[in-house]
Amino acid sequence: MELLNLYQNNYLIVFVFLCLGVLLPVVALFAAKLLRPKYKAIDSKYTTYESGIEPFHDARVQFNVRYYVFALMFVIFDVETVFLYPWAIAYEKLGIFALIEMLIFVVMLLIGLIYAWKKGVLKWI
Amino acid sequence: MIQDLLHSSPGILNFGIFFVLALLFLFVILGFVTYAILAERKVLGFMQGRIGPNHLGGRWGLLQTVADVLKLLVKEDLIPKAADRPLFILAPVIAFAPSFIVVATIPFTDKLQFADLNVGLLYYIAISGISIIGTLMAAWASNNKYSLIGGMRAAAQMVSYEIPLVMSGLGIVLLTGSLNLNEIVAQQQEAGWFILWQPIAFVVFFISATAELYRVPFDLAEAENELVAGFHTEYSGFRWAMFMLSEYVYMFAMASLISVLFLGGWLPPFEFLGFIPGAVWFALKFSLVVYILIWFRATFPRLRADQLMEFAWKVLLPVALANIFLTALLKELLSIF
Repeated sequence: MELLNLYQNNYLIVFVFLCLGVLLPVVALFAAKLLRPKYKAIDSKYTTYESGIEPFHDARVQFNVRYYVFALMFVIFDVETVFLYPWAIAYEKLGIFALIEMLIFVVMLLIGLIYAWKKGVLKWI
Repeated sequence: MIQDLLHSSPGILNFGIFFVLALLFLFVILGFVTYAILAERKVLGFMQGRIGPNHLGGRWGLLQTVADVLKLLVKEDLIPKAADRPLFILAPVIAFAPSFIVVATIPFTDKLQFADLNVGLLYYIAISGISIIGTLMAAWASNNKYSLIGGMRAAAQMVSYEIPLVMSGLGIVLLTGSLNLNEIVAQQQEAGWFILWQPIAFVVFFISATAELYRVPFDLAEAENELVAGFHTEYSGFRWAMFMLSEYVYMFAMASLISVLFLGGWLPPFEFLGFIPGAVWFALKFSLVVYILIWFRATFPRLRADQLMEFAWKVLLPVALANIFLTALLKELLSIF
């Protein structure tokens, strides 16, 4: 029970931080709204900034596929780290056998990395 | 007293007390940000043979940042017509909130810590990943070409450098057998600082941390001479200040994390210096890391986009992976830990 309380209290603190993290921008922006002087709304102020040129068509265009490929690579290796963390914590108990097992797992992913490397995926433009 | 509070059953009273303490801490962090910005400008000034801000608040320009914040506070609030209004308003909040949440778990001294989480390191990494959503959201909502390019770059960079950052942290987890930041420091008390045992991990971690903070030489996401201001081009006033704030709060968090993971947290470098309180040692190490980050800014030219991505995947990732297995082997052979 004692430990459960400790555990819950620690996450209560995290929740407090979350509340404050959201509250600060909200309060600050609200204060800014109260404090700033009245200003005249001119239409040209609300155009999109494009270094002085009249903005033309929507900015949301199709993007280079490379960004997507990097996101895929990220997912692969991030999942790898998800496996590596529990292994690292329990390594003391698991010993050399787990080390070899993990080595095989990482080498398999490394083959994927080398494949991507040779395919030229890692080359930016 | 705090120990009793932590062991009592959680309720509204606990929430209230934690809230007040965390609020105080928030003001401490805001104070840090104020003077970190001033310190950055001053140090950069001296490194470039200038004086830096020296008009407001005496010879050292101590009130310069306060004045800047006041100016931002009364600045006109512009939301472009073409922007996606709800997302545009929401983005600064999402970018800022995680930066403050991550500091909850960092131990500053053996007594001064907010949440002593068992998954400390993982918690830091998991939460800090959220703020990229804020960045990307800001870039998308602005409907500005510079913003979108900056936001995409920021996302690609964040994603690429997250991997070496996490992998280099693994070496320490291997040696300690725990993700709890307190236990990581306790381990360093017995075995010596981890910068000595994990020099490769330290270098990889520091480089990736600089990239995660979008600081020079990895500040392509807001490269001012090609992208104006990157993802916050359309932001002004206090909304913009929130992005700036989140950047500096992350700097605070990351410098603390590096001190805790590699530089022994609040531990003195030698036993006989133990009479100096831990908070002083922590502050010294923390300031050193912040100083080095500022120093980087004055020294290194910005990387090219292709160099940046290739460096993460072709150099840092293999090195970090090799370090993990080297550490595992060392641990098996030396049996110190």
